[in-house]
Amino acid sequence: MFPAPFEYHRATSIDETLALLAKHGGDARVLAGGQSLIPAMRFRLARPAVLVDINALHELSYLREEGGMLAIGAMTRDAALETSALIASKYPLLADTSALVADPVVRQSGTVVGSLCHNDPAGDWGVTALAGRAQIVIRNASGTRTVAIDDFLVDSFTTAVGEGELALEVRFPTPPPRTAGSYQKIERKVGDFATASAAARITLDADGAITGAGVAIGAAGPHAMRVRDAEQLLQGAKPTKELIRAAADAARALADPVADNRGSVEFKKDMAGVLVGRALIAAIGRLGVEGLR
Amino acid sequence: MNISVTVNGKPYQRDVEPRTLLVYFLREALGLTGTHVGCDTSSCGVCVVVLDGDRAVKSCTMFAAMADGHEITTVEGLVQGGKLHPLQQAFWDCHGLQCGYCTPGMLMTSYALLKHQPNPDEPAIREALSGNLCRCTGYQNIVKAVQQAAAETNAPAPEPVAT
Ligand SMILES: Cc1cc2nc3c(=O)[nH]c(=O)nc-3n(C[C@H](O)[C@H](O)[C@H](O)COP(=O)(O)OP(=O)(O)OC[C@H]3O[C@@H](n4cnc5c(N)ncnc54)[C@H](O)[C@@H]3O)c2cc1C
Ligand code: FES
Ligand code: FES
Repeated sequence: MFPAPFEYHRATSIDETLALLAKHGGDARVLAGGQSLIPAMRFRLARPAVLVDINALHELSYLREEGGMLAIGAMTRDAALETSALIASKYPLLADTSALVADPVVRQSGTVVGSLCHNDPAGDWGVTALAGRAQIVIRNASGTRTVAIDDFLVDSFTTAVGEGELALEVRFPTPPPRTAGSYQKIERKVGDFATASAAARITLDADGAITGAGVAIGAAGPHAMRVRDAEQLLQGAKPTKELIRAAADAARALADPVADNRGSVEFKKDMAGVLVGRALIAAIGRLGVEGLR
Repeated sequence: MNISVTVNGKPYQRDVEPRTLLVYFLREALGLTGTHVGCDTSSCGVCVVVLDGDRAVKSCTMFAAMADGHEITTVEGLVQGGKLHPLQQAFWDCHGLQCGYCTPGMLMTSYALLKHQPNPDEPAIREALSGNLCRCTGYQNIVKAVQQAAAETNAPAPEPVAT
């Protein structure tokens, strides 16, 4: 189906974007990669009267480390992360995720920030952002604010980005030494949304005890969810099979998926646990600790 | 609105509705029907064209307005001077197509892949094409064709024959 008619504006600067968004308020939507918005418009699930295309804002296409953070600009596409040497060497959690979102052609258009703003309950980036303790920088005509990912993901398809606002970038803290992560996803076929997914980020100290833990699951609630009970169990402990099993059980207990043609509630709850276990084992394995399987 | 695009090296100016999808612009406004429509919901990859020389995009999931000022390469643009592109020749040689419906998308996705990775190994080719569906071939010969095209493109040019 064709989308309903709309007015198209190609923004040439951040200020112009903000002015257009302020002028059109609730009628306007930002158009980034279009890989979620255009399908939604074609199915008439979205009928924005005005689109503000930000694809020409090349100044928003970057991956850069500054102030102990990795900043990913609003026009940085998934494929840029997938092919980045910096991401491959220092951000394994992001590297894993960028290779599993959608399919390789969609990744040449879709953006990380657009995916977070879309906030699909089965989306991949929200899960990784929670485990990685990301922050989103949001700007409107009167100023800029930074929102923790936990406060950014408000409800299915709803975020802290309000009318007249543009998400400028997402920031991930640069991992301290002896930190690794992993993203795990079950999908029916390439390019499908997750049946279940999980992200883990682990920091070990010199004695091999866990000094930092981030755990999150996807496709198991209204949006990606942090598994705080698992994080608390892991914090300060030494990795063992029993510990990982307990963390996985915490994810099973938290998961509240809906049954669909990807699986039953029972199956998806179990997979949330299985994938948290796999993500933890893979992350810790990347730090050279084996024998947890 | 009025847009200017360069398709296969040729400039075009047309009036479009903002909601016109790129694939329908190419097929209906420009008559370039080599780009196919399959699922029409961004899932099958038959509509892939190349934007600005090296980015594969699903033209059913992009507005023509977004292409204003950009360069597009479609399957019609692969032939150079009446000679098939090495990818096209390899698809022919390796039987990389049967009904041919998926072929334009396979060719253009592979074309973008070779721009980024001139020498992809088999897993890289399979990965790059994993969003493009083919109902006929079972993919084996498509992968072989891309391997052959990559090998040929990378082979040193033959010495000019003295006359
Ligand atoms: C075939 C297919 C398979 C897919 N599979 C997956 C998958 O497995 N996992 C997954 O996570 N996703 C998947 N997706 C979605 C894909 O990853 C999208 O690219 C992504 O969710 C949205 O990014 P985008 O840049 O395309 O955003 P757009 O579609 O342009 O925008 C999405 C929403 O965010 C808003 N927005 C975008 N950028 C900003 C900004 N900077 N500031 C404020 N608002 C903004 C838009 O207004 C819109 O509401 C799939 C998409 C397709 C077509
Ligand atoms: S027609 Fe565009 S992806 Fe199927
Ligand atoms: S050759 Fe028929 S769909 Fe691929």
